[in-house]
Amino acid sequence: MSQKIDQERRQFVSVAGLAAAATAVAPGVFLLGGSAEAEPRTDPVTDKVRYGMLIDTTKCADGCSECVTGCEKENGLDLLRMPEGADPEEWDRQRPRWMRTVKVKDRLTGRVSTLPMMCQHCEYPPCVDVCPTGASFRRADGIVMVDRHICIGCRYCMMACPYKARSFIHENIDRQLSIAPRGKGCVESCNFCVHRVDNGESTTACQDACPHGAIVFGDLNDPNSEVSKALREKANTQLRADLKLNTGVRYRGI
Amino acid sequence: MKKIHYREWGIESPRYWGLLAVLGVVLAVAGLATLYMEHEGHWVTGMNNQIVWGVPHVFAIFLIVAASGALNIAAFGSVFGKKIYKSLGRLSGLLAMALLVGGLLVLVLDLGQPSRLIVAMTTYNFKSIFAWNIYLYVGFLVIVAVYLFTMMERKANKYYPAAGLVAFVWRLILTTGTGSIFGFLVARQGYDAAIMAPMFIIMSFAYGMAIYLLVLMFTFKLDGRPIGDKLLLRLKNLLGIFVAAVFYFVLVYHLTNLYGTENHEYEAFILRDGGIYTTLFWGGWVLLGMLVPMGILFHPGLGRSRGAIVAASLLVVLGGIVAMYVIVIGGQAFPMAIFPDKIIIESGFYEGVNGQPLHYAPSLPEFLLGLGGVAVALTATFVGVRVLKFLPESLADEVVDPHHG
Repeated sequence: MSQKIDQERRQFVSVAGLAAAATAVAPGVFLLGGSAEAEPRTDPVTDKVRYGMLIDTTKCADGCSECVTGCEKENGLDLLRMPEGADPEEWDRQRPRWMRTVKVKDRLTGRVSTLPMMCQHCEYPPCVDVCPTGASFRRADGIVMVDRHICIGCRYCMMACPYKARSFIHENIDRQLSIAPRGKGCVESCNFCVHRVDNGESTTACQDACPHGAIVFGDLNDPNSEVSKALREKANTQLRADLKLNTGVRYRGI
Repeated sequence: MKKIHYREWGIESPRYWGLLAVLGVVLAVAGLATLYMEHEGHWVTGMNNQIVWGVPHVFAIFLIVAASGALNIAAFGSVFGKKIYKSLGRLSGLLAMALLVGGLLVLVLDLGQPSRLIVAMTTYNFKSIFAWNIYLYVGFLVIVAVYLFTMMERKANKYYPAAGLVAFVWRLILTTGTGSIFGFLVARQGYDAAIMAPMFIIMSFAYGMAIYLLVLMFTFKLDGRPIGDKLLLRLKNLLGIFVAAVFYFVLVYHLTNLYGTENHEYEAFILRDGGIYTTLFWGGWVLLGMLVPMGILFHPGLGRSRGAIVAASLLVVLGGIVAMYVIVIGGQAFPMAIFPDKIIIESGFYEGVNGQPLHYAPSLPEFLLGLGGVAVALTATFVGVRVLKFLPESLADEVVDPHHG
């Protein structure tokens, strides 16, 4: 219901906006050269696509965290500063992460792998199930994210997420990016760079930042997309497959 | 059995206002602590992105669980028709409401965005047990208020059994909902168990009864009203049975876990290697919270001493808070099995490197907020008994016992 309203509102705003824009900038329209960046946003999000990602951990280099750096820069996480008087160690536990690297060792073979972890964009996300207000939601195109207008900061989604993908904003925010708004007392997590997706871009910041080509993002429903082809090519796995959440993020080499 | 007369709490004014003043100070300090946490954000607490629910949740859940349990005493009178408990029903209802309000207040004030309570009350995701709980809590307050009305207003007396039944069923559903907050969490080893719901129900029986006994004995003692041995010994025996039932559920919970290999690491954490959580489990919850009070309550000599009954009740309450700490914090401190067949040897986000528990050091403001909830519950109760006729004039044997004399 609320999605429908949102769409209607969005359509109304777009139409109204276009009308206003047409009146105001009609004389200069040829000069602007028909900038159409906002065009895709007028289309409702559909389930014809399902966004997903393949992470090839065999390509991940030990000690590399370029994807994390790329993510934090893209989503304004690098702008956060430790509150005055905070204990640096404690603050490090409270600082939000959308992405992090993890090094794991196989209990039997001792094989070591390094991999990035983030929201796995489940088809059946436990965070969405438990959220009392519906702030934690899954878009039709498979992106799981938080509506920070109705998040009350109860942190139940953080209790429910099997991947520890979510962060709570513990402090006042003075600097942020308009593409990734955040506020004290709300929960947030990786949203597959949804602002890029909605602008018609085809890559995420972590993918762009990876020097080893270990991350492939795309439409899992399109058999010809790069990610679908890569997933077909070699075996891959989902984390906590036993939970049958059908994650949108898949790993190779672990 | 004589007719029961109820009278307002008649202790002298200086004593009454002194009591309220003490509680007022606790409330003021708790209020300041809450404002501080709200203003600064949760970074001033010990909570972090690993332990997301801290001490406020421990208190809030304890109070909510105890609230539903405090209503049982009324239910024994109306649902199960035990005449001897009928006279205790009014205080039972009042205490249940007061404890619930105290617990909810703590829960709400610990939200990241408490000002969005209106969002929580108007925007629902009905797959969320949290959303159901909002209905269950509000419904509980309304139903118990009506139940109290049917007890206290003569014209409404005829609806008393029906209201009692609805209230009792509702309280069972409510505690099922509270236990299911944890029971439904598939991601975490310590939760994700259907037994959480009935375990919380039986915990509510014990904690609600312990608090009820303490409040009853305190208010009666201060006002010089008699409680006969007959009733008191029945209540303390019930408390002993409830604590034994909690013990049984804890035993079954851990034995079931111990049987499955996948839970061995979690069990080793709580029962053996978990440091503070292991200490709290054995020392606080099992020994002081269950075994010692059971020993006192069922002891032929000690069990008849009023001082010992008070001590046992206090221990049950303390053990209950410790139990919540072990469940809420211990359950989060144990690292999640994101990679069940692997060991995490390095992590950029504190996820239990080499199986190490996650760090949480509770802060003072969190405790103060929790104590504030307790103070709200006690203040509401004391004001309630002062202004309305909640307390029987006497609970002496000849008044309450239908078979006396």
